[in-house]
Amino acid sequence: MKSIIDLVYLVPLFPLIGFLINGLGRKNLSKSLSGIIGSGVILASFVVSLLIFNETRAEGFIATTVNLFEFINVAGLNIPFAFQVDQLSALFLLIITGVGFLIHVYSTSYMHEEEPHHYARYFSFLNLFVFSMLLLVLGANYLIMFIGWEGVGLCSYLLIGYWFKNTEYGNAARKAFVMNRIGDLGFLLGLFFIIQQFGSLTYTEVFSQAEGMFKGDAIIVVITLLLFVGATGKSAQIPLYTWLPDAMAGPTPVSALIHAATMVTAGIYMIARSNILYTLAPVSQTVVAVVGLATAILAATIALKQNDIKKVLAYSTVSQLGYMFLGLGVGAYTGAVFHVMTHAFFKALLFLGAGSVIHAMHHEQDIRKMGGLAKKLPTTHWTFLAGCIAIAGIPPFSGFFSKDEILVHAFAANPVYYVIGLAGALMTAFYMFRLYAMTFRGTFRGTHEQEHHLHESPWQMTMPLIVLAVLAIVAGFVGIPELFAADAHKLEHYLAPVFKASTEIAETHHVEHSTEYILLAVSITLIVLSILYALNRFSKKPETGEAEGFGKVLANKWYVDELYNSIVTKPLNGLGAFTNRFIEKSGIDGIVNGVGKSVQWGGRQLRLMQSGQVGSYVLWMVLGILILFVITITILK
Amino acid sequence: MTALLLILVPLIGGLVTFFVKQESQAKLWSFVVSLVTLAAMSVNLLMHDEAGRSFTAEWLPMLGSSFALQMDGASTLLCFLTSLCYPIIFSSTWKSSYASPNSFYGLMLLAQAGITGVFLAADGLLFYFFWELALIPVYFLCSKWGGEKRIAVTFKFFIYTFIGSLLMLVGLLYMYYQTADASFSMQSLYAVKLTGEQQSWLFWLFFVAFAVKMPVFPFHTWQPDTYEQSPTAVTMVLSALMVKMGLFAVIRWLLPLFPDAAVQYDNIVIGLSVIGMIYASILAMQQDDIKRLIAYSSIAHIGLMSAALFVNNESGLQGAMIQLFSHGVNVLGMWIVIELIERRFGTRKMSELGGLAQKAPGLTILLVIVALANVALPLTNAFIGEFLMFNGLFKFNIWYAAVGGLSVILSAIYSLRMIQKVFYGNENILTATGADINWVEKASLAVIVVAIFVMGVYPKPVFELTTDTVTLILGVFK
Repeated sequence: MKSIIDLVYLVPLFPLIGFLINGLGRKNLSKSLSGIIGSGVILASFVVSLLIFNETRAEGFIATTVNLFEFINVAGLNIPFAFQVDQLSALFLLIITGVGFLIHVYSTSYMHEEEPHHYARYFSFLNLFVFSMLLLVLGANYLIMFIGWEGVGLCSYLLIGYWFKNTEYGNAARKAFVMNRIGDLGFLLGLFFIIQQFGSLTYTEVFSQAEGMFKGDAIIVVITLLLFVGATGKSAQIPLYTWLPDAMAGPTPVSALIHAATMVTAGIYMIARSNILYTLAPVSQTVVAVVGLATAILAATIALKQNDIKKVLAYSTVSQLGYMFLGLGVGAYTGAVFHVMTHAFFKALLFLGAGSVIHAMHHEQDIRKMGGLAKKLPTTHWTFLAGCIAIAGIPPFSGFFSKDEILVHAFAANPVYYVIGLAGALMTAFYMFRLYAMTFRGTFRGTHEQEHHLHESPWQMTMPLIVLAVLAIVAGFVGIPELFAADAHKLEHYLAPVFKASTEIAETHHVEHSTEYILLAVSITLIVLSILYALNRFSKKPETGEAEGFGKVLANKWYVDELYNSIVTKPLNGLGAFTNRFIEKSGIDGIVNGVGKSVQWGGRQLRLMQSGQVGSYVLWMVLGILILFVITITILK
Repeated sequence: MTALLLILVPLIGGLVTFFVKQESQAKLWSFVVSLVTLAAMSVNLLMHDEAGRSFTAEWLPMLGSSFALQMDGASTLLCFLTSLCYPIIFSSTWKSSYASPNSFYGLMLLAQAGITGVFLAADGLLFYFFWELALIPVYFLCSKWGGEKRIAVTFKFFIYTFIGSLLMLVGLLYMYYQTADASFSMQSLYAVKLTGEQQSWLFWLFFVAFAVKMPVFPFHTWQPDTYEQSPTAVTMVLSALMVKMGLFAVIRWLLPLFPDAAVQYDNIVIGLSVIGMIYASILAMQQDDIKRLIAYSSIAHIGLMSAALFVNNESGLQGAMIQLFSHGVNVLGMWIVIELIERRFGTRKMSELGGLAQKAPGLTILLVIVALANVALPLTNAFIGEFLMFNGLFKFNIWYAAVGGLSVILSAIYSLRMIQKVFYGNENILTATGADINWVEKASLAVIVVAIFVMGVYPKPVFELTTDTVTLILGVFK
């Protein structure tokens, strides 16, 4: 009997169809029809994903590979176009299509000012984005993953630059694509190493061979580090994170899609998928953990001083992704995936909430010009608040459980990780409630015109907010730590088969329950204090001026963009100009033209000999005889 | 019989064109001739007519040379590319007008006969004959119908290719005297036993001729100038088809004739190719004229292909095979877009354009797709080739792959910069007058877009076609 698993190709197929219909028919479709098609195909995918998810929950479910067709079969390397259904991919399918669907519904209203053909273009790009992400998580080998990997890069480029008349947006889009490409090169080289070592790119073959290898094998370290380079691009980690905050140039729902359901979680998924390789490479794990932690802190400090509502959220994403990498680095694979899930809910919620605010404020994004919106936008306010509490990590909201799981594992691996991680968490609570207070509390600081038009958004926008808010509140209960109840971590139980091999060989650091209680108490207390301080301070006296002193450094993002500009962009342009001017034109071309000119010159001189005067002919003849004579004599000698 | 038809139809059709004085008739006639050629090729492919892929007749018996044509996988692929490109070239430049159109279209078709002959010749002298037959019409096309600097540029082009051809002729004659039966036939030439020393200098005589044609760094400087100055229809022939002559000659002649030298000098050739990839990519970033940008981008792509031909492993060679076709299709797509832009606005300078997406969304979408194929995005045809070639290069030496891989990043930089400068942003006085492309132009580009995706998603038929060539080359090295 055919099971729903065999129909898994439907999941990416529906968005692909949506992309084609909206893309090809963009001039003929009405806006409502575009929106219905765009959202409908994702809903269809979500339904199929749910059915698949249900199958994978069955006890004793075995990961299944679904072969579609032969893709590349050359030089002993067989790479089929195949999908793999297991607990990890099924969970990601749910997140992508579920959150993706809500974002599509929200967009139908948010983008209502667009002209019909642009509206259809928007939805076709959105569908393509979801399609690419689904390929990424469904692939049964690294090449299919890479197709999705580059595909989401392309879609982010198309959507960030959606308003293509604006040059700045176009620059942001290019930056995103190029930064991702830098990472992709690392990823690609990693794939070549895998081919060389394992002769295959198929997960099952690579992982089963890897399990027989020594821990710390150099080749696995190289592979995992190169793959991680790819992850720093896609998931916005140091040093390739700077594209993500600029990516807010796109429409706000796009930011929600990039930050929550697709794209940036790709790096986390890739490492979780390759968990056995990383477990076998402790050096790489340390690199992942340290880079993640450093990114978490760096981004958090920057977020403290941003005044653009979307920028604060963007840096918070970079920071939260850092936590996920920290989790992966310390071997808390379940924790990292857990945080991907909860983060998808509350970050999508926060971005869509921000969109609702921006919508109400007539495209104003500066929180210094907001304030007191709580009364005018009640639904947006309450849901946004839920998102803030969730990301800050207050129990029983979802962010608490997932972040706590990562931090406890970090403590077990190295207490220093924990301390730094906690500092980041305090900053998170602080800047999120600074954002909340400056937006929703205090008094309104915008124009009268804006105040007059303030209104709650229509249901297409508030419905997704409510659903996401509920999820952001309750989603944590799938991962209740053992501390509170034995065997209540359903997610860990569910994902166990995926991480089985890693669990067997990883060294487990156990944390005493008593220690864990202390850690919890400390972190919750500090976070609550941090929140209260921020609420109190920014509700009464919002920061309305420009940052000064050290704050200015933070507001300018540690001048990292400027640094990259002066150490990479400018030298590259200089090198290009130099090469063009001196090597290409004067150098190589000079030689060639020189050869050409000397031939022409030689021709002109030779032509002079044919003057038609008998006297000169005689002269040349005599000279010739003389030369021949000399040559003959020298040779005879 | 197909092999002969592929040469005869454009040859005779081309000669007839010289007598069709009226422009519209000359256009229509040459378009029909190119369609007939395409039909002959398609029938052969669909019928799997293996017998029709070779042909032998007496030619110059006193020189031991015969009119021998033979299609292996690589040449089948390239003959198909040639016959597919010509109708697209004619239809997409339909609105361009030329002085003495009969000569222009006649020479275009003669060039097709020559190019196809190069891909088919299984006789050394015949190969040389077609090599020159392909070049001579192009010299005239560039020098008569080119831009302002056409004379100087054609002169440079001539010097480069003429020196190359001359060296090859010397090498070919030497080889001829080494054959056991005083014959130019491919089998006799392949059978010549050469010492290592002989191979090492003969290798360079042939290589330089082919390297100029591809072109490989540092023999490339004729190319951007020639592309820039030629009428776009000629540029299309040059870049989509004629550069393949150099690569194909390496496959059919250079590697089988001098395998030891090819191994001996592999690092030099691959090194130059990889330098060329980066060098050309960096220069592409500096260009303002879109034609020059594409010229340098093409040099970078060819660099990867020429490197892959020398890595001596299956992955690299198969990648190069599929890329022979993909590169032709993709670069043709680029030229079509550039031709459309230039004809509408009279300029190719990015600094003078901008905002085209507003009035010409159809053109924008098609260009973006072609540009994405140009940066080898997965599921486009170029990705398959580049992935396999980089993998082959990696097997040869990791560092070549790592350094050459930088071109993956650079190509994204210059391609996206071009898209943004030409299509995005606000309209200016010039571009506000634009309109979207009509259905004929869309159809030309649609053929290319379909080819891009079909081969990018399902490359298997191409691999099956070219396996014999790859096996041949790998066998030679053993």
